[in-house]
Amino acid sequence: MTLTLGHFLLVSGLLFALGLAGVMLRRNIIVIFMCLEMMLNAANLSLVAFSRFRPPIDGMPDYNAQILVFFIITVAAAEVAVGLAIIVALFRAKQTVHVEDLNSLKF
Amino acid sequence: MEVALFWIFAALMLGFGAAVIFLKSPVSSALSLVVSFLGLAALFLLLDAFFIGIIQVLVYAGAVMVLFLFIIMLLDLKTERARKINLPAMIGGLMVVVGFVALLVKLLPSFDIAKPALARPVNDVASVGMLLFSDYNLPFQVIGVLLLVATVGVVLLSRKELK
Repeated sequence: MTLTLGHFLLVSGLLFALGLAGVMLRRNIIVIFMCLEMMLNAANLSLVAFSRFRPPIDGMPDYNAQILVFFIITVAAAEVAVGLAIIVALFRAKQTVHVEDLNSLKF
Repeated sequence: MEVALFWIFAALMLGFGAAVIFLKSPVSSALSLVVSFLGLAALFLLLDAFFIGIIQVLVYAGAVMVLFLFIIMLLDLKTERARKINLPAMIGGLMVVVGFVALLVKLLPSFDIAKPALARPVNDVASVGMLLFSDYNLPFQVIGVLLLVATVGVVLLSRKELK
């Protein structure tokens, strides 16, 4: 038995499903944010898997997908920084990170 | 050997990924996510993407998760106390997830492609670097500006009073 593209897509899809379940089921905004990161990483895994399993160009994998993953990781890092700053500002205003207590648009 | 390693790291990643959801304390969730990301980095290495694997460890398991832990400690979050479960929302959420997994399982047999052989050993840092500084030079510069803007935005957001 050898590894196929399906193996990696299965694992990537399951990781995405776990992240989705976390976003749907958890009520702590920081844990929700962590689960978002998990979903981004699942997408990265399938991108890298597709890049490796394409027919090689000039005997090498297709590196365009890995460039895209590089950009996704960079943007995700910036997004985490801004998101956590917003969560800190929100916590200062409301003293809670529970999403059900954060139900007004203006305070 | 490769298949065994794949399943070990996939199990590690998914097991600790599940722990992120099921553990009550945010600190335990964050630490589980670090292990999950390390498993993911190992899967990248199995796909001959060494550069992305290292970046995953450095940026995600290193920088991003430290930032998460830092914020959790800054806000001094305790274990959530049990709340009344919003049953319709929970069932709805689970149904979305189950539907997604069912679709996945249905589609997977069409991706039964074996790993193509490579002509020579990969030197992926060089290849990614060449692409990054030739074809993708403009996006690369733009991402630098994005990081600068994000840094300025974070400093602005974390001031005591927002005007």
